Amino acid sequence: MNNEFKCQEMIEVVTNYLDDALQPDERERFERHLSYCAGCTTYVEQMRETIRQTGTVPREESLPPALREELVARFRSWKRG
Amino acid sequence: MLGPETLSGETALLAALRGGDEDAFSALVDAYGAAMHRVALTFVRSSAVSALKTWLLRIVANIARTHAVREARSVPFSSLELAREAAEHEPALSTDRFQGADAQHPGRWVSFPMPWSAGPDSALLSAEIRTLIADTIAGLPDGQRIVISLRDVEGWDSAEVCSVLELSETNQRVLLHRARSKVRAALERYLTTESP
Repeated sequence: MNNEFKCQEMIEVVTNYLDDALQPDERERFERHLSYCAGCTTYVEQMRETIRQTGTVPREESLPPALREELVARFRSWKRG
Repeated sequence: MLGPETLSGETALLAALRGGDEDAFSALVDAYGAAMHRVALTFVRSSAVSALKTWLLRIVANIARTHAVREARSVPFSSLELAREAAEHEPALSTDRFQGADAQHPGRWVSFPMPWSAGPDSALLSAEIRTLIADTIAGLPDGQRIVISLRDVEGWDSAEVCSVLELSETNQRVLLHRARSKVRAALERYLTTESP
């Protein structure tokens, strides 16, 4: 039982879990904790929902003109060099 | 702005870029931004997409870095700064949400997070929620803001973000975790008024 994740630890490794970056034994402990803890199950679902909602935020549509000019200028000097 | 259809001649564009064709490069730059990924997919096969995109974005990152130095600001794009930000200890959620060391179950929730309603009347997916998330992201420290913008707003994968920002996988994930945790907390405050 000492080996089990505490709730406070669960919420610190949830991003590793969602990115599939936990070691196999950690992943097993993580999922075992979820199987009996409604609070952490809610929390993990809210992190997934947070990612979905963040994906609906409008993205940058264009570069600032100055940056665009500088990019083209660098390309020009590369072409000469 | 040029759309994907304008840049659809894949072989021709790549040849033009290699040959130093400035118009071709300008077209590519104009397509960059939200459309970059979609555009790239229309003119290069998937294996070449990330290389072309990474090349272009590294140039952008270097220009931004140069400007930051010139303006004597802190340098948000420096991988050293990002790594330092990642190394700071900062809990994902206030420690008072969990039972203390002297409690019966240390580290367990004091009270479970309130579920968010997902019914037809839910505020989720509303314009207000999008504004709330955008404002929360805008207020994050540089590293967290950049990483969550690229991963969750622009939809890049972890390898692309690490490559362009020259960050380790671990540091990238730490910054993403902090950022997502803060956005989740902002949503919680908004969606569950009874929240502690």
